[in-house]
Amino acid sequence: MAGKKILLEHVNVPGIATYEVYRQHGGYASAEKALKMAPMDIVEEVKKSGLRGRGGAGFPTGLKWSFIDKKSGRPRYLICNADESEPGTFKDRYLMEKLPHLLIEGMIISSFALEAHLSYIYIRGEYMWIYRILEKAISEAYAQGWLGKNIKGSGYDLDLYVTCGAGAYICGEETGLIESLEGKRGNPRIKPPFPAVVGLYGNPTVVNNVETIMDVPWILLNGGDEFAKIGIGKSTGTKLISASGNIKNPGVYEIELGVTVEEFFSSDEYCGGMQTDRPLKACVPGGSSVPILPANLLFKTAKGETRLMTYESMSDGGFVTGSMIGSGGFIVYDDRQCIVRNTWNFSRFYHHESCGQCSPCREGTGWLEKVTWRLEHGYGNMEDIDLLWDVQRRIEGNTICPLGDAAAWPVAAAIRHFRHEFEYHVRYPERIKDRKHFEAEPWEKVKHLMKDEAVRV
Amino acid sequence: MSLNVKSNIPVKISDKTLARIEVLKSRFPQGKQKSAILTILHEVQDENDNWLTVEAMDKVAEILNLRPIEVYEVVSFYSMYNQKPVGKYMFEFCHTSCCVTRGVEDLMEYTMKKIGVKKKGEVSADGLFSVKGVECLGACGYAPMMQLGDYYHEFLTPEKIDQLIEDCKAGKVELDSSKILNS
Ligand SMILES: Cc1cc2nc3c(=O)[nH]c(=O)nc-3n(C[C@H](O)[C@H](O)[C@H](O)COP(=O)(O)O)c2cc1C
Ligand code: SF4
Ligand code: FES
Repeated sequence: MAGKKILLEHVNVPGIATYEVYRQHGGYASAEKALKMAPMDIVEEVKKSGLRGRGGAGFPTGLKWSFIDKKSGRPRYLICNADESEPGTFKDRYLMEKLPHLLIEGMIISSFALEAHLSYIYIRGEYMWIYRILEKAISEAYAQGWLGKNIKGSGYDLDLYVTCGAGAYICGEETGLIESLEGKRGNPRIKPPFPAVVGLYGNPTVVNNVETIMDVPWILLNGGDEFAKIGIGKSTGTKLISASGNIKNPGVYEIELGVTVEEFFSSDEYCGGMQTDRPLKACVPGGSSVPILPANLLFKTAKGETRLMTYESMSDGGFVTGSMIGSGGFIVYDDRQCIVRNTWNFSRFYHHESCGQCSPCREGTGWLEKVTWRLEHGYGNMEDIDLLWDVQRRIEGNTICPLGDAAAWPVAAAIRHFRHEFEYHVRYPERIKDRKHFEAEPWEKVKHLMKDEAVRV
Repeated sequence: MSLNVKSNIPVKISDKTLARIEVLKSRFPQGKQKSAILTILHEVQDENDNWLTVEAMDKVAEILNLRPIEVYEVVSFYSMYNQKPVGKYMFEFCHTSCCVTRGVEDLMEYTMKKIGVKKKGEVSADGLFSVKGVECLGACGYAPMMQLGDYYHEFLTPEKIDQLIEDCKAGKVELDSSKILNS
C-alpha cells in the first residue's frame, strides 16, 4: 500500500523545478495563505502539527520557533541547514535538486512566522550544482514577486540567499554553521546562549533542516491537525529515509512514520530486501552517528515487539538494544561486511571531521581511529577492546558539541553487539589479513572457532 | 608548498569574477561582507587551476578588507580548498561506509592502476589525473561514486571509469556547473 506523500507527491512531474510548473501544481498557494495570517498563528499551526526537526535531533519545530527572541527588537534570521554530511544521508540533496521552489516557499512562510527579513540557505560546498539550481530558483522567485520588498502586496519584506560551505561536516552543527556563515572556521560555540537569543551576527536566529522547512507549506495549507493525523503518537507526518548499503533498491523514500521496519526493509515499494542472496547482518538505521543494530534487533525490539519507523520505537531499549531514527540514513550491511572494519571507517570519519576545539573529542577520536585500525589490520590485542570502550566512554558528554558523542556511540554499540567479532580479529590475525575476509568466510562460518575459549561479555 | 610560501604565480581574477564577487558581497548586511568569503574562495580557486596560492589568498583578503591571516585560517579549515597543485582531473572517491559496501575500494585500486599511480594524491605522468579518498558526499544510495569538478558520477563500474578517462583526455567532461545559472 502506497503511503501518503507530502513532500514527494509531484516529484516526478517534468519541469517541477521551474517556477511555472511548480505554480501550476499548486505551488505558492500556501505562501499566499500564510501572508494573510498573523505570524503567531503560523507558529501555533506548526506546534499543532507535532512536526519534529528532521536534521537528526527531532526537536519540536513549533516550540523551537516560539523561543526566538522577538522582544529585544533585534533583527531575526532563519537559516536553512543544507549542509547534509552525515554518512548515510542524502535526502536533502534529493529534495533541493528536484523541488527547489518548495524549499523557497517553506523559507518564505517560516521566515514570515519568525518575523525575519533576511534568511539564508547554507548548502555544503560539494553540492555546487544544487547551489546553482537554488540560486536560479531564487532569482525566479524574486522576479515573480515572492521575495524582496512588499511581497505580493502583503507589506512583508524578505531577502533570501543561498551560500555555500567548503567541506566540513561540523558546519552541519548549528553553531558551527553560524560561525561558518560569518566567514570563519566552523568551530561550534558553547551553549547557552542558544542561537534563538544570540545567533548569526549576535542576533536571534533559528536553524532548521531542509526537510523540516519543506514540510511547512503542506502544514499551513492543510492544517496542523491533518499532519498530526499521519503517523503514531509523537511521531507525526511523513519522513524521508535515505536507504543505502546492501539492499536491492537504494534511494530516497517518503514513509508515513509508523510503518514497520520490516515492511520498509522488505517491500518492493521501498528497499526491496537484500541486494543479493547474502543474509542481513546489521543495520545503522539513522545515519552514522546512531548505534548499529544487529539483525535480530532490527525488526523486533528486545521485548519482542514489532519495531516501527518512529522516533520512539527506533529508540526502544535505549542504547543497549535500541538505536535512533536520527537523520533517516538507513544503512544495511550483509554478511560480507566486517563490523570492525566499519567501526574503523566511521572512527576515521569522526577524527577527520573533529574541529579540534575540545581535547576529549580531538584526542579521543584520534585514539578511536588508531585502535580500530590496529584491530582491523591484525595488530590488536584483547586490551585494545577495553581501551576502545574506555576511550569512547570518556568522550561522551564531555565536549562542546555533540560530534564527540556521535563518534563515541557507534563504537560503543559495535562492541556491545559484536564484541566476538573484535575478539576474532585479535585471535586470528592471519584470517583477517585480506580486507575481504568475510566474503569467502562470513562470521557464521568461522564463529565456531571462538567456542574453544570462553568469550567475555 | 605551504601556507606561508609564495608561489610567484600571478593570480587570475577576471572582470566577470570581480563583478560576481560584488554580487556575493551584496548578499550580506553592511559590514558583514566577510560572510561571502567561502563562496569567493571557491570562485577564485576555480579560476586559478583549482588551488589557492598565498598570493590568491592575499588577494581575497584585499578584496574583503581583511587581514591575510583571516583568510589563511579559513582556507586551512575546509577540505575543499587545495593549498597545493592538483591534477586537472581529480577523481574524488567517497570512501565512507556506504560506498565501501558497494565496492569503492576495488574501484579506487582499479582507477589508480589505470592512470598509473601508486598512491592516492599522486598525479599521473601526463599531469592530468589524480585519485583522492574523501568522506561521505551525500550520494550513499548511488554508490560507488566520485566527484569530478562540480559534478557527481554515480553507480560507477570499471567500464564507466574507462569511459570517463577517455572523455577527460578528449576534454569532453563538464567540470563547471556555473552554466546552470544562465540556462
Ligand atoms: C556534528 C553535527 C552535524 C550535524 N549536521 C547536520 C546537517 O548536516 N543537517 C542538519 O539539518 N542538521 C545537522 N545537525 C543538527 C543541527 O545541529 C540542528 O540540530 C538542526 O539543523 C536543527 O534543525 P531541525 O530542528 O529542523 O532538525 C548536525 C549536528 C551535529 C552535532
Ligand atoms: S566536540 Fe569535537 S567537533 Fe564538537 S566542538 Fe568539540 S572538538 Fe569540535
Ligand atoms: S558514504 Fe559514500 S556518498 Fe555517503
